Amino acid sequence: MNFKLVLLWTDAMIFLLLAVALAGAWLIRQRPHLLLPWQRLFRSRIGMVSLLVLSLFIVVGLLDSMHYRVALPDKNGNGQTVYAAEVLSVFDTLVGDLRSQNEKTYSAPMAVYLYAKESMETADGKILREYPRLKYGGAHLQDPQNEHTGDVLKRSLYGLFAGWLGGVLLALLVVSVAAARSRTTARQWVEARQHTPLNAVLASVILLAMLFGLTANLAGAYHVLGTDKVGQDVLYLSLKSIRTGLVIGTVTTLVMLPFALFLGIAAGYFRGWVDDVIQYIYTVLSSIPSVLLIAAAVLMMQVTIEKHGEWFSSSVERADLRLLFLCLILGVTSWTGLCRLLRGEALKLRELEYIQAAQSFGVSSMRILSRHILPNVMHIVLIAVVMDFSALVLAEAVLSYVGVGVDPSTNSFGTLINNARLEMGREPMVWWTLAAAFSFMLVLVLAANLFADAVRDAFDPRLNRTGDAK
Amino acid sequence: MIAYLIRRILYAIPILIGVNLLTFALFFVINTPDDMARVQLGMKRVTPEAIEKWKEQRGYDKPLMFNTQAAGSDKLTDTIFFQKSASMFVFDFGYSDDGRSISREILTRMLPSLVIALPTFVLGLMFYVTFALLMTLFRGTALDVAGVTLCVLLMSISSLFYIIGGQFVVSKLWHWVPISGYAGGADSLRFILLPVLIGIVAGIGSSSRWYRTIFLEEVGRDYVRTARAKGLSELRVLFKHVLKNAMIPILTGVVAVIPLLFMGSLLTESFFGIPGLGSYTIDAIQAQDFGVVRAMVFLGSALYIVGLILTDISYTVVDPRVRLQ
Repeated sequence: MNFKLVLLWTDAMIFLLLAVALAGAWLIRQRPHLLLPWQRLFRSRIGMVSLLVLSLFIVVGLLDSMHYRVALPDKNGNGQTVYAAEVLSVFDTLVGDLRSQNEKTYSAPMAVYLYAKESMETADGKILREYPRLKYGGAHLQDPQNEHTGDVLKRSLYGLFAGWLGGVLLALLVVSVAAARSRTTARQWVEARQHTPLNAVLASVILLAMLFGLTANLAGAYHVLGTDKVGQDVLYLSLKSIRTGLVIGTVTTLVMLPFALFLGIAAGYFRGWVDDVIQYIYTVLSSIPSVLLIAAAVLMMQVTIEKHGEWFSSSVERADLRLLFLCLILGVTSWTGLCRLLRGEALKLRELEYIQAAQSFGVSSMRILSRHILPNVMHIVLIAVVMDFSALVLAEAVLSYVGVGVDPSTNSFGTLINNARLEMGREPMVWWTLAAAFSFMLVLVLAANLFADAVRDAFDPRLNRTGDAK
Repeated sequence: MIAYLIRRILYAIPILIGVNLLTFALFFVINTPDDMARVQLGMKRVTPEAIEKWKEQRGYDKPLMFNTQAAGSDKLTDTIFFQKSASMFVFDFGYSDDGRSISREILTRMLPSLVIALPTFVLGLMFYVTFALLMTLFRGTALDVAGVTLCVLLMSISSLFYIIGGQFVVSKLWHWVPISGYAGGADSLRFILLPVLIGIVAGIGSSSRWYRTIFLEEVGRDYVRTARAKGLSELRVLFKHVLKNAMIPILTGVVAVIPLLFMGSLLTESFFGIPGLGSYTIDAIQAQDFGVVRAMVFLGSALYIVGLILTDISYTVVDPRVRLQ
């Protein structure tokens, strides 16, 4: 199959971020003094389990960030390849039918029948008001009334078992490979790690694999989380929303970090008029309530985007640029807090002896900033970045509700909630879209919060670490 | 003290000018009034006359900063900048798109906002502090761990969920209070009960956990040991001595938001249909009423600066050692 790769702006940002993270990890591995707090983090049980959950989200997000357009069959026969307008991601391909198997309208999770009654003609020509069967959900059942529960049970058990088997095999594989690399037997390798959260991580791997097996097996035949108003699978929509959440949570940070870092340290280190100017800038920015500043900026961005329709070759690109702009704007409104923290820390650091020694040796200011101050504020940056992540994911939902968030065509938790908020008033109630969006968000944000706590505990030098001395 | 206050107020002026210039740049320079008119009137098939009329109705048909055609001082005053941006300093916000005076609208809508925001703030603060002190009292025990876990869980839930879930359970399932709406006078109690409750619950997680950290820091101090050595009960030590001393860091965060209570809460007000400033802002954003958004940005930053000054004053009240100069 022929296809053309599509690199959206946010994709590029995500892969840039990934490259930075990998390069950082490689650098840290070389330096034992930098490795120390990370080792502390790797010993935290909650931290590692939440990291595992987060990395699952990240994998979905990364898969969903590799976009391409499929080549259409050559109809004209002139040898010119034409690509479909629809931009797909690797994730779309992996989930396969989940994307395309749309019902007519709402259907409850695991349902076999549609949510609303329809007029149907029976074989002998009578018109009946009946709940029609779903086109895809449980379509393989001959007699849904009797088979439905049994089939769901059978599939669940089968999925759980397959997941368990896969999880156990994966855990065994990881352990034996790691043991082989350190030239010990698997038993010795595990026993040497009794003080680490290895057991908890392996147990979570197996649990998550079981959950995956269960969902995957059921999703093959049913809509596990139901369908929405236009019949799209809610599970698919929720999974697609993950990428937007991750982009907002991480790219925003990437955008604001250079400003916050440079201005913060410069203000604290140089003092005088530099400090006054920088303080003035961030006081002005932080004095505007952030929702209003974001709203004002997004309104203006909408005007610009509508004016320059020629910038974009497809609606996906336009939605993507809007997402990137939103990240930029969120970055502008959220850098002030970190900037203030860094300024305070730089004020403290510049009075220390080793900085004064560097100054008296005649080391240039730029070099002092980059070699002596920057490495010593990195723990603050890391803690702030991780802490901001969950707040940004939550903020996206609120902003999309207010109408200044992502493009309505972008899948995100905010748009999901916004589209579904009137469904609670229906009779019978349509609860599954809201429930799915909120639970996915809860798991993501909770994992991020727990991980942030673990990071703070491992990196904050002010916390006393009595248990660490050994 | 007075001299200090005057200096602080004078210092606020350049910040407000900065905010003003920023909004001016956002709303008039990056996108010209022509663009705004085109977006509001619909991109396609809009005649130049319609755009001119739109601009004239709103007073956007003047030059941006400098009017070369006018005479004398009108060169500076007969411009968009002077009439739309500089006039905000005297709280003259002009008219919204539906032709009402924004200043009057703000004045009438402040009260409903305050009726919701003030009880949420006061009751919430009392509840969070008590909850945090109780966690401190049971520090190191399973109760403390359970409390912190609850906090982390609560702060991981979207505020939209609290509102939608609260409305569903309390109003739709139990029929205790109306789902939304607002009435003046004594009748309003019925309407404000749920928004206030939800506002408090939504803040438990982050606030209580933050206060607990402050209290734990304070509990390790020498005066706490002295108080215990005197034979005071732990409860008394916590709720009297520790609470008083921990007020300083708590006030930093709390006093600054008091003026912003006037602005109301965007989400709560729009979900509960309360005619306050929060829902006014949301409606303006959704209707792309640029004039109202501009006014709210300015009002918000002015109130924020008032909050900063109040914070400084409150320091001297709770901590006599602090002298402002």
